Amino acid sequence: MNRSLRLIRRRLLTSIPALLIVIILTFLLLETAPGDAVDAYLLSIGGGDAGVAASLRQAYGLDQSLTARLWLYLTALARLDLGWSTAFERPVIDLIAERLPNTLALMGSATALSFALGSTLGIIAGAKPESIKDIMLSTISLILYAIPSFWLGLLLSLLFAVQLRWLPTSGIETIASGKTGLYRLMDIARHLILPVGALTLIYTALFLRVMRAGMVEAWKLDFVLFARAKGLSRTRLLLRHVARNAALPLITMLGLQAAAMLGGSVVIESIFAIPGFGRLAQEAVTGRDAPLLMGIILVSAVLVVTVNLLVDLVQAAFDPRIGASEASS
Amino acid sequence: MPALPVSRRQILQISSLLLASTALPALLAAQQAPAGGRLVVAADSEPKNLNPAIVASNGVFFIASKVIEPLAEASFDGKDGLQPRLATAWEGSGDGLRITFKLREGVTWHDGKPFTSADVAFSALNVWKPLQNLGRIVFANLEAVDTPDDHTAVFRFSKPTPIQLIRNALPVVSSVIPKHLYEGTDIATNPANVKLVGTGPFTFAEHKPGEYYRLVRNEKYWGKDQPSLDEIIFRVLPDRAGAGAALEAEEIQLAAFSAVPLADLDRISKVPGLKIVSRGYEALTYQLVVEINHRRKELADPKVRQAIAHAIDRNFVVDTIFLGYASASTGPVPKNAPEFYDADVPSYAFDTQKAEALLDEAGYKRGSDGIRFTLKLRPAPYFNETRQFGDYLRQALAAVGIDAQIVNADSAAHQKAVYTDHDFDLAVAPPVFRGDPAISTTILVQSGTPAGVPFSNQGGYANSALDAIIAKAATTIDSGERTKLYNEFQKIVATDLPLINVAEWGFISVASDRVLNIADNPRWAVSNWATTALQP
Repeated sequence: MNRSLRLIRRRLLTSIPALLIVIILTFLLLETAPGDAVDAYLLSIGGGDAGVAASLRQAYGLDQSLTARLWLYLTALARLDLGWSTAFERPVIDLIAERLPNTLALMGSATALSFALGSTLGIIAGAKPESIKDIMLSTISLILYAIPSFWLGLLLSLLFAVQLRWLPTSGIETIASGKTGLYRLMDIARHLILPVGALTLIYTALFLRVMRAGMVEAWKLDFVLFARAKGLSRTRLLLRHVARNAALPLITMLGLQAAAMLGGSVVIESIFAIPGFGRLAQEAVTGRDAPLLMGIILVSAVLVVTVNLLVDLVQAAFDPRIGASEASS
Repeated sequence: MPALPVSRRQILQISSLLLASTALPALLAAQQAPAGGRLVVAADSEPKNLNPAIVASNGVFFIASKVIEPLAEASFDGKDGLQPRLATAWEGSGDGLRITFKLREGVTWHDGKPFTSADVAFSALNVWKPLQNLGRIVFANLEAVDTPDDHTAVFRFSKPTPIQLIRNALPVVSSVIPKHLYEGTDIATNPANVKLVGTGPFTFAEHKPGEYYRLVRNEKYWGKDQPSLDEIIFRVLPDRAGAGAALEAEEIQLAAFSAVPLADLDRISKVPGLKIVSRGYEALTYQLVVEINHRRKELADPKVRQAIAHAIDRNFVVDTIFLGYASASTGPVPKNAPEFYDADVPSYAFDTQKAEALLDEAGYKRGSDGIRFTLKLRPAPYFNETRQFGDYLRQALAAVGIDAQIVNADSAAHQKAVYTDHDFDLAVAPPVFRGDPAISTTILVQSGTPAGVPFSNQGGYANSALDAIIAKAATTIDSGERTKLYNEFQKIVATDLPLINVAEWGFISVASDRVLNIADNPRWAVSNWATTALQP
């Protein structure tokens, strides 16, 4: 069988028990958090008597035992039913389907941009380590990386939306504008400039530094000396040999970053009022909404597993050594 | 208020005249302003159940009050502090067992069906009494509602029920929903709870989750030439800094309920085109309260509670934490409720020496480390101000030798710890005074509430004399007699300190100068906005 196919099959098989463990741990974790969905709801409406609390607990199924609820959840999940959100009184799957595209658009463009920008700048910086260009790029990127995302987000919003009025302060699109088709897409893109910009500025540094470090190492290797001796042009040496070797850890980084970005979007989504996945997760925890939180974690886990599988496949294509041992079994 | 030579009516008249004089330019402008326009408002939450007949909370009213109306709304100058909405008149019988409501004629639901007394009877018996968080208390003794004709509803009670209480509660507990959409369905899960159908000046158009609610003008509204606006949009802005920025960028025209944090008001007030309005919340007074767990031996001693009251500098709290947008409390009823407020109660001036003397007297001397005893302090996480006051209280108590250790938690965890598990010594809470002490104030000190009920006495305090007064007031028909009982109630609470009232505050609205007629009633933010207008 093809090496990639075997890799995929193996990964899918190992991910099922991993997901199961994630589900059970999340369930237990939420159980240990003090207060339940009824406590959270009663506070949000300014109180209610004991009768209200009891009938709500019954309606939410919170009067049943932990194992009964876990079993109910797992059997429903086996039928691909993600359940009912108590905090929103809507099916979990609808909420996720509504929020996930926004986050994917935000995170996807930020990751793609910062990857492209970071690796290019990393090549420029790593082309001649310790040069003026390198020192400047490394310093600026480090400063940007050290800035907290909420502060950068607010600052960008103050400058470009409040002072200059070039861009909207927040939201995913102009409210109730009735725009459709291409106009709507352009409207969404306009709204995404600031949040994507804030995330890109921060994450570019990460890719830049990994790329640069890889290049610095690669320059010292024997094959570079050999390639030079062979009389390769500097551009060809830089791009085909040094950069290509340095790119491998960058792709690994991309896989890790995909997971981090799903969670890291909470702050930016709140500041820019983007109804996304991160904000949904935060609302699920505040509302002690177990089914919703499980749905979010499950979908995130599936996404991360998929992205990492893709990363592995890309790496396997780049480097024949990767996946060979796994695939041979 | 026997001590005052003027009546409450006179005070209201004077204050309404004063208000009217300041509102005059705005009123003139309102006449000139052409009707229409879209008002965009900041909203910080999306209630999952938007039906105010079931969930009587400010978060729900903020949006739903424009669509679904109560029998009467609060008023600065109306009779009994009310202005008629779906009811035009109300009268109680001498024995307190019946209240007759005359209902407005010619009102239709947004789906075209006529509004009748059957809707009121259905709402009262099937929703307010059994399901509503506050109605369960106010209408506990409601037995039946007779509907002799389409525009008369007679509420019959099994025990004498004060008309004063029902009147004061009307704006909050009497939202009427259409019988024809709810009868025979599971009321709690009816789709009309999220896609509202009412009689109000605006109809519910759409909710885009995470983004906005859109309400549009009800062309058939019963109010003459109302509403002024074509459309209201509640834009969801979860981040507090976001509301200020959106106002400055002119993307929204109004942020109510202090959506712009107090700390930003100074800066925002200097932005041309924006105004800061602190009126329109008089009937939604929040109270900053120190809850006390009387199960703790030290705190069961009245001297220790008095010492804590003396250790708090109320003026500092008002000036520093609320930046002046609050006033110091004297007792459990706020000054904004002149019908009940009694200033003649024991007061506790800021005096650390006296506090220390009281603690010494109680037998809790400072130890070698300067500490008398240690307490667990839980500030409620719902407002910046409750958290900040928690920090202040820790320092204030440290000054008199009490070591208070702050435990922070999120809302659900705080509710469980304080109101179910009683795992606290002191807690900071923001209860609301809702127009009458019997609605949500006496429950803060009354004994016998089971564990698990938020914003109730969970500190184990029991005072039979106080309980007797609360019980008596609940069935006293004569308003004067009943008010006297609540004066007595205030004296006992201020003397015995089952809890410590520190400050009381309303909220702040920030609006564009183009928004007219805001704050024209004491529950403005949660009223119907039929008169609110927007200059083009």
